[in-house]
This record gives sequence, structure tokens and C-alpha cells, in this order.
Amino acid sequence: MRNLKKVAALMLTVAMTVSLVACGGGSTNTAKTTDATTETTETTEEAATTETTDTSSEKIIVGFSQVGAESDWRTANTESMKSTFTEANGYELIFDDAQQKQENQIKAVRNFIQQDVDYIVIAPVTETGWDTVLQEAKEAGIPVIIVDRMIDVSDDSLFECWVGSNFLQEGYDAVAWLAEYLDSKGRADEDINIVTLQGTIGSSAQIGRTDGFEEKMAAYPKWKMLERQTGEFTQSKGQEVMESFLKSYDDIDVVIAENDNMAFGAIDAIEAAGKTCGPDGDITIVSFDAVAAAFDAMIAGKMNVSVECNPLHGPRVAEIIQKLQAGETVDKLQYVDEGVFPAETAKDIKPTRAY
Amino acid sequence: MRARKKKIDGNSFLLMITIVLFAIMYVIGMIVFADKNFGKLQVFLNLFINNAGLIVAATGMTMVLITGGIDISVGSVIAMTCMLLAWMMEIKGMGAIPSLVIVLVIGLIFGLVQGFLIAYLKIQPFIVTLAGMFFARGMTAIISTEMISIKNSLFLSWANAKIYLPFGGTINRKGVMIYPYIYPSVVLAILTLIAFFVILKFTKFGRSVYAVGGNEQSALLMGLNVKRTKLKVYIVNGLLGAFAGFLFCLNTCAGFVEQAKGFEMEAIASAVIGGTLLTGGVGNVFGSLFGVLIKGTIETFITFQGTLSSWWTKITIAVLLAFFIILQSILAKKKQKK
Repeated sequence: MRNLKKVAALMLTVAMTVSLVACGGGSTNTAKTTDATTETTETTEEAATTETTDTSSEKIIVGFSQVGAESDWRTANTESMKSTFTEANGYELIFDDAQQKQENQIKAVRNFIQQDVDYIVIAPVTETGWDTVLQEAKEAGIPVIIVDRMIDVSDDSLFECWVGSNFLQEGYDAVAWLAEYLDSKGRADEDINIVTLQGTIGSSAQIGRTDGFEEKMAAYPKWKMLERQTGEFTQSKGQEVMESFLKSYDDIDVVIAENDNMAFGAIDAIEAAGKTCGPDGDITIVSFDAVAAAFDAMIAGKMNVSVECNPLHGPRVAEIIQKLQAGETVDKLQYVDEGVFPAETAKDIKPTRAY
Repeated sequence: MRARKKKIDGNSFLLMITIVLFAIMYVIGMIVFADKNFGKLQVFLNLFINNAGLIVAATGMTMVLITGGIDISVGSVIAMTCMLLAWMMEIKGMGAIPSLVIVLVIGLIFGLVQGFLIAYLKIQPFIVTLAGMFFARGMTAIISTEMISIKNSLFLSWANAKIYLPFGGTINRKGVMIYPYIYPSVVLAILTLIAFFVILKFTKFGRSVYAVGGNEQSALLMGLNVKRTKLKVYIVNGLLGAFAGFLFCLNTCAGFVEQAKGFEMEAIASAVIGGTLLTGGVGNVFGSLFGVLIKGTIETFITFQGTLSSWWTKITIAVLLAFFIILQSILAKKKQKK
């Protein structure tokens, strides 16, 4: 009798645990069936009008393995994917958050292969260790698209293409904006002293932005780079380095901060030193990334410009998938469109920003 | 008859529950995700491919837990092993085999030092292996904070050598016929598991491991060398840690300081779900295997589901752990009453 009770209690607990996992699965299933009717009508319509649609009437299944949710940029990146690959657009997205662990991503990719997805999209946690699992995807005939960070594999044919930011171009854009800005202020013939707060040395964002700026700066002999030092992409380190710059040089005209966080640190350091910055201040602040807080800083008149690092990869990835569906070949490296946002436009643009 | 029934009530009962739970979960997965190929043989094999390192780590952990000890340095030892392998092969240009031998020896020495401190100086295993955990993680960062990718051709040939099964092939939507496959790491992990099942069950060493964990005093009175048994257990676990690191590395092919964080906790959780008692004396490596498979199944559930946060894996494991611990304490109380 007692044993029976125990077994009953046991079964109940097991059932509860299992239902905990299963309930998520169930809810999507119902969602899917309700959408299925609208889905088929849509795809047939699409198939009639364009030849890019898949020969089968089914929607395109995309498996996306994301790094995690460590920053606003990352969250915006995820949202962009989720809002692009919707059922209404003819896709089914299987999303997996790797919690910053490469081994989780490898597991996710293996599961995507077994689920027979049409495309695998990976925002890799690490550059390395992809050979084995991408080989499995290749053998299954599933194209892999890499977004954001690049991967380091022995065979380039293991992935279809890479989509991400053109950091070098961002550096060029910063120079172009600065030249135009100085011209408009009538300072084109003056000597301009510049300092740079670099990102974490060796990161692709740091290399691209530093090199891009340096390359184009050569065209302006009046510009002088006083010093470059790393602020490791953090606000506190950016402030620290800016403080030391202000002590060493008393005539800094322009600060280049290779991300917004360091720019915020630099602004604090400048104000603490009794100087002013921004469009009406002594020091011009050029920054990168264009996160929401940067727009706030520009609206407050403390920052001059932020060059965008666009996390909205969804539409570009969708475009690539459509091309691949149509049997076209795609470029191995694909850059997302990125803008330059000066302070005077900040107020109007901020409400339209997704991140 | 009575005595036999009592035995089933204890250890085997917990193991049976674990196996039944795994079977139920898997069948539910096959029903819920029938349209997504959950029932494919490869999905099951992937549980082993993805968790080969964890199976070995959980095997060693089970043995340590049976003695009433604990080893929380395993995750860091795995990270250090991967990093050393990557560093020796890529930066120092050494061969894959010498590198493997060296990391196994290092794992063994690591276990020896920890075991000596625990067995002979009678320091708490938690504290000793906590220090070991920090030390190994720290050393990993000292070797390199950069990620090192392994490109050694012999090592990659081990990592990428698929062993295809001659049956059960399926054609995917792209029209490609794929036979189910495993990697050598799976074979090595299963062989290790079987070896330790035999060692723990049928050798003198194995029986003394259970005796030490069951009751250290009586083991001592029975004339067992308790200290030496404990020392041996930690040495073997150090070696298994390094071996698990090797298998982990075959899957990731890279050395990186952030790798395998929390791995030791997954090994402990797998052992507990598999019916091992943290108080010692009770445990079975096959139970731990099913603990690992349950964890893997939950992860597969979550990726197949596609919209759930992957943190649900941790939450479900927590629920399962609570369930098994409560069950264990109920069983222990019943034992006392009798």
C-alpha cells in the first residue's frame, strides 16, 4: 500500500517535470497549425508572382545560433533576425541562445542538421573550432551563413558567406565626416590635434577603425595624431586614458573613441578637467557604434557624431537566402549598410532607432 | 527473498527511476517533435557525440562521490587540457600523440597532489579541489588568453573521423542520404564507462571504494587502507579529467580560457540524477550515463522547440535534482526505520 502511494507520487512528479518541458513545444504546435492555413495561401501567391520561391510549397526553415544576450547590440541583432524570419515572411526560425558557450553552439548546429533546416545562421561565440560540425552541415547539404564575428576554418567552402560590419569603412566614414565638419566651421586650414581611444587591441573592430582612420587621415596634412591608447571598449578605462591625455596635452581638438562607451568615459574626463565638448564645446567627440545612449549624449550636446555599427543583420541575411534559393551565387564577404549620425540629426533619428 | 527486495528498494530503485525517466522524456520528445525528426537515430547518437567528455567526467565524478568526496576542479582541468593540447601542437609544433601523453600525465599529477592533500593531510575535498579549480583555470589563462585553434592534421583526423553505421540511413529534405554516424570520442567514452563499471563492481579496488564511502570507520576496522584508496581515486579522477578534456577538445578543436565553465557541476548533477548519493557509498556509473543523457535530451528539447530560452535547461535540471534528492532522503529515512 505504502509502496503504491510512493509510486503514484513519483509518477506525478515525473509527469510534472515532463509537462514543464513539453508545454513549450505544445504551444508552438498549436500556433503553427493556426498559421498553416494563411501560410499556404501566402506561399502560393508568392510562387505565382516571383520565381525566387522554393519549388516546394513549404516555408524556409532557418536555424539561428546566437552568442547570447550580453549587450544591447546583441539583443538588437537577435530581434532583427526574429522580426525578419517570421512565418508571415515565409520563414520558420529556430532560435538557440548559446549562453556564451561554443560547445552549446556546436550542439545547436547538430540539432539544426537533424531538424532538416534549410539554412543555418551562426553568430559565433568563438572564431575557432568549427571544422567538425560545419563539415557535418556540408555533408547534409545545408548552407551556413556566418554573421558578426568571422570564423577561422581550414576550408572556406564550409560556409556560404559572412555578413557583418565593415569596420574599415567606418573608419573612412569618420574621417569624411570630420573633414566636412571642420570645413563647415572654417577650421580646414588650422592645425588639428587628435587623440584616439582604441578598442581592445586585436579585436576586428579596433583594427578596422584604427586602420581606416589612419589611411584616410593621410590626405589631411594639418591633422596631427598626438597619441593612440587602448581604452578596452569600457567606459571606466576610456575615462582613465582620457584623463592622462588631458594631462599630457593641453590643446586637444578632437577625440576619436572607437566605441560609444569609451566616448562616455572621455566626456566625463573632459568635464572633470573643466573643459567642454560637443558641437558647442572645445573638444570634438567622434564615436562609433551609435547605440541609444549615444543619441542621448548627442541630444545633450556632448558628442558630435557616432558612426553606426549596424546590428540589424536580418534583412541582409534574408536577401542572401533568397538569392541562394534562386540558385544564384553570393559574395563571400557581405557588409551591412551603416550610417553616420551627427548631433544635429540625433533628435529626429532617435525615435526611429531599434536599439 | 526479503533481503533481495530490500536491495532493489535502495540503489537499483534510483537507477531504475532514472532510466524510466529518460525513456519517458525521449518518447515524449518523439511524439511532440515527430514532424521535426526527433525520432531519428542520429538525434540519439548526437547525445553521445555532444557529451562524450561529460560522460567520462561524470564517470570519474561518480567514483569520487562514492567515496564521500567531491572534485570541483574537473571543468578547469578540462579547460587546461584543451589549452595545453592546443598550445603544444600549434605554438610549440609538437605532435598530437606526445601532446596527448603529456596532458594525461599532467592530469594524473594534478590528481595525485589533490589526492595526497585530501587523503593524507585530511583537508576537505571541497577546499582542495576548489584551490585546484582556481589553479587550473589560472594556468589556462597564463598559457594564453587568446583562443588557439587546433590545426594539427593528425588531431583533426581523429576529431573528424566519422564512423558510419551500416543501417538507418535517412534522406533529408535536400535529397542527401545520410547514414547515422558517431565519432571515435564516443567509442572511447563508452569504453571508459564500461571499464569503470567493471572496476567498481568486480575488483578489490572497486569494493574498497564503496566500503570507504559507506562507512570510513568500518572500512578501517575491516583492515582496508582507506588513505591509499582515496589517493588512488583522486589520481584516477585526475587522469579521467584530462581524458575528458581530450574528448572535449576533439569536439571543439580549440583551446580557450572560458571553455568548460561549470562542467564539474554538470558532472555532479548527472551523477546525482543517476542515483549517486553525495553522502557516499552508493552510486553506479551507468546511472550517471543516464544522468548525462537526460541533460542532453532536455537540451535537444529546447533547440527543437526553437523559441524557448535555453536557460530552461538549467531550470529543468534544477527541478530534477530537487526531485532526486528528495527521493533519496525518503529512501534513506525508510532504511533507518527498518
